Amino acid sequence: MSLSRAFFAVIRRDLVLALRHRSEIANPLLFFILVITLFPLGIGAQPHLLQAIAPGIIWVSALLAAMLSLDNLFRSDFDDGSLEQMLLSPHPTTVLVLAKIIAHWLVTGLPLLIVAPLLAVFLGMPNHSLGILLLTLLLGTPVLSLIGAVGVALTVGLRRGGMILSLLVLPLYVPVLIFAGNAVQMAGSGLPVDAQINILIAILLMALVLAPLPVAAALKMSIH
Amino acid sequence: MFLIPDPVVRFFHRMASPPHFYAFTGRLMPWLVVIFLLVTAVGLYGGLYLAPADYQQGDSYRIIYIHVPSAWMSLFIYVVMAVAGAIGLIWRIKLAEIVAISSAPIGASFTFIALVTGSLWGKPMWGTWWVWDARLTSELILLFLYLGVIGLYGAIDDKRIASRAVAILALVGVVNIPIIHYSVEWWNTLHQGPTVTKMDKPSIHVSMLIPLLLMAVSFKFYYLIAMLQRARTELLLRERNAQWVKNMVSESK
Repeated sequence: MSLSRAFFAVIRRDLVLALRHRSEIANPLLFFILVITLFPLGIGAQPHLLQAIAPGIIWVSALLAAMLSLDNLFRSDFDDGSLEQMLLSPHPTTVLVLAKIIAHWLVTGLPLLIVAPLLAVFLGMPNHSLGILLLTLLLGTPVLSLIGAVGVALTVGLRRGGMILSLLVLPLYVPVLIFAGNAVQMAGSGLPVDAQINILIAILLMALVLAPLPVAAALKMSIH
Repeated sequence: MFLIPDPVVRFFHRMASPPHFYAFTGRLMPWLVVIFLLVTAVGLYGGLYLAPADYQQGDSYRIIYIHVPSAWMSLFIYVVMAVAGAIGLIWRIKLAEIVAISSAPIGASFTFIALVTGSLWGKPMWGTWWVWDARLTSELILLFLYLGVIGLYGAIDDKRIASRAVAILALVGVVNIPIIHYSVEWWNTLHQGPTVTKMDKPSIHVSMLIPLLLMAVSFKFYYLIAMLQRARTELLLRERNAQWVKNMVSESK
């Protein structure tokens, strides 16, 4: 099998698996919506306050939802041994791992983009910043999946990896949160956000190139 | 390798052998302690007694003799950890792995000390224990990165595997630290212009600078002592079934 065929076969397989277990798609999405609903309840329903912190709320919730969904990335493959088979295949692990991460993002990251505008309207965000919000989510959530994959690959062999995973992954999410949240905030005030968007693109490209390397190394270590 | 003189290469080859490392660091330790005590005594005397009081901050500025070296060490140790981890990953040198993991708690402590001393200084100077200043925030995130390393090492039972996991994490972290640092800096400067927290780089007087540099050297030696001490115990623990450890224990009985 050629490399590109193997790459698309892995994506296809993961997508089919996710469609068979629909809860895998629905859970992070519901979590995302629920957390955002909790904020107005916790801090009060003043429209100005909500509008001011809406970009932060949406991004922090997206971060948490992305982190919660990470466990699905390698867990079931690790348990049933197909991950081991993948590592044994003649194709470079980095490429196959990238395929898995892309499939994971299509299942857990992309749905966030679809509901985010609705929630933004709930929180009273100005209409002209919705486009930027979607753009930052489009550029930022794949980075969350890529960086998160490093954390999952390191902890997939552990029985209780959940708590430690957040400690590993969340500090590394900081740059994405800063630039994405800031871009949406600035766009709300009608300021140019080219710089933030360019940096997000740079981070995404860097993560796309670099992240599969430690993921592959960590998976080999976890399987050993 | 051909650029490095033979004795140096031989030194490193021998240092990679656990018994030799253990014996050598055991002999080195008293010297390190003596140098550390001397440098610390001179540095503290210079900093707390000889250096003049600051014309604005009075005596409270003297916390920099602890605070600044700690902050320097916090970054320095993370880099050492990542480099040692990379050496361990690439050449499978057990001792490099041990050095990497022995550095983590010390680095975390220095980060914590830098944060606490900064906070203690910030209360009288800025009027608040904590501000979301770029430096403070990136130091806090550095502390989380250290805790992640320590937590991951503790969570994996097989310590050989744990060391490799830690090395991978430290390398990922070391790539991220500059990005985090600059993003935090940018975040802050975008949010608010120069405030109390944004000081011009003070041109420090020589009588204050020399004790500061001495304290930086002293902290390096402290790190070396603490790290080697941890590495030696970790080595004994891992090699407890090796013949050289058994010989050593039966000799000392």
